[in-house]
Amino acid sequence: MPGEAHASRSTLVEPLWLRAALIVAALAFLGLFLLLPLTVVFVEALKRGVGAYWNALQEPDALSAIKLTLMTAGIAVPLNLLFGVCASWCIAKFDFHGKHLLITLIDLPFSVSPVISGMVYVLLFGLNGLLGPWLREHDVQIIFALPGLVLATIFVTFPFVARELIPLMQEQGTEEEEAAIVLGASGWQTFWRVTLPNIKWGLLYGVLLCNARAMGEFGAVSVVSGHIRGETNTMPLHVEILYNEYNFVAAFAVASVLALLALVTLAAKTVLEWRFGHELAATRRGG
Amino acid sequence: MSAVSLAEPVPLHRGGTVLMRPTIIPGFRLTLGITVTYLSVIVLLPLAALAVKAAGLGFGGLWTALATERVLSAFKVSFGLSLVGAAVNAVAGLLVAWVLVRYRFPGKRIIDAFVDLPFALPTAVAGIALTALYAPNGWVGALLKDWFGMKVAFTPLGIAIALTFIGLPFVVRTVEPVLQDLPPEEEEAAACLGASRWQTFRHVILPALMPALLTGFALAFARGVGEYGSVIFIAGNMPGVTEIAPLLIVIKLEQYDFAGAAAVGMLMLLVSFAMLLVLNLLQAWMRRRHAR
Repeated sequence: MPGEAHASRSTLVEPLWLRAALIVAALAFLGLFLLLPLTVVFVEALKRGVGAYWNALQEPDALSAIKLTLMTAGIAVPLNLLFGVCASWCIAKFDFHGKHLLITLIDLPFSVSPVISGMVYVLLFGLNGLLGPWLREHDVQIIFALPGLVLATIFVTFPFVARELIPLMQEQGTEEEEAAIVLGASGWQTFWRVTLPNIKWGLLYGVLLCNARAMGEFGAVSVVSGHIRGETNTMPLHVEILYNEYNFVAAFAVASVLALLALVTLAAKTVLEWRFGHELAATRRGG
Repeated sequence: MSAVSLAEPVPLHRGGTVLMRPTIIPGFRLTLGITVTYLSVIVLLPLAALAVKAAGLGFGGLWTALATERVLSAFKVSFGLSLVGAAVNAVAGLLVAWVLVRYRFPGKRIIDAFVDLPFALPTAVAGIALTALYAPNGWVGALLKDWFGMKVAFTPLGIAIALTFIGLPFVVRTVEPVLQDLPPEEEEAAACLGASRWQTFRHVILPALMPALLTGFALAFARGVGEYGSVIFIAGNMPGVTEIAPLLIVIKLEQYDFAGAAAVGMLMLLVSFAMLLVLNLLQAWMRRRHAR
């Protein structure tokens, strides 16, 4: 702790009352902006008792929304995982022109509004889109169907795995891989036996964050979904529909499942940082 | 065995079609190929489609699509209130980072982990939770109404609260590591020279934190401008008053006004890219400051 070394000297540390006041102010802010919204989700969900809560989750539309969310994330996350590993191998293990541009482009989806992330696919694949007429002729539906949801989800979660792995693999350098190759290992063997064990926790970390965003994404999928109940409604979209129908208990019940997912993600992420911090990129290591 | 000398930097050579430094590690073309293809199909081509659609309007078409009262006020709402949210976060985030780095109190590590909640919580969930909280009959909304006669939900103030929530982790997470690595010698020197604690903070600590603070501020601002899910529930969505730019895109798409939506989207995209440039400059400044 940097604070302890000079804690004895009064000129280097704030008086007790000020310290207490600052801690109380910070906790009050966090309580108001983080704890209260989280608490209200569960309180509203359980307002009419556990029975009503349970019924809201058993409703066919809710179940199909849960299924669709799992399916969308189940396709989008593995694809982004594969891409993330490829991109970070290429960027961290080789030196080439245009590398910084490539890194910037990979990060690009983070600076695009989710609504725009969805809209670009509507402009491309929608009925009046650039490829719309061709798709209609060949009877392929992308917008207002699962492929559109998956594409929009991939777009918004695109950088997660890559941006965890790139700094980590850059830090680790190329010496271990070079040693393996010199000793006669093939490229695949080197990846599976040398690189993957080195990056496994960073990879898990990236996948966790990617998955949380994939399951919780709202703006982008809202634009491409068409909001067909029981068909193209993911969980966050289902929350919106229920809420707008003033069915608050059901809306918060589905929302509470998403909130639980967020809490589990936070807990897993924190455990990874505490337990395997030294195997994550420097930017992720806790204090 | 005469190992290849790998430590020495070798100038870039033309390997295939891309200039790269020679190495014995395989897979360059395969991984670069997959990376560039996937990036192009998922991100670059769709964004290009947006640019093509917007450019198809021509300058006059873009002007008529954008220079309307409704579009301008939506941008004003989005940018103005994101600025408010980011400013609140700059102050509160600095406070939270300071307390988490400098002081010890029970539950600190849990609270530190909890700061990332806005990143993990789906925006729609945050949206309905904040609305329930700040509605006139909500826990906080009722108090504010009774005590100050204030209305929060369905007013611009509600949007500012949602944007504060969504941007909260950015300032904390950019300031924390810098505050942690601040050399104690500088503060000791200031104290030895007779500076009060406030003077030390004002003239020694704060300037050192400035690049990180500004970066966090810019990140929170950029996030706020594009934010949709957490805002639309609490906003009330009155055109001209509490209608944000991303919602305007959704409305235009629902009315099949694809050209109008593309025009608004393109303008937002250009602003985001300008923000990205500013952020990169800020980060370069931060690196230079810490490379001293």
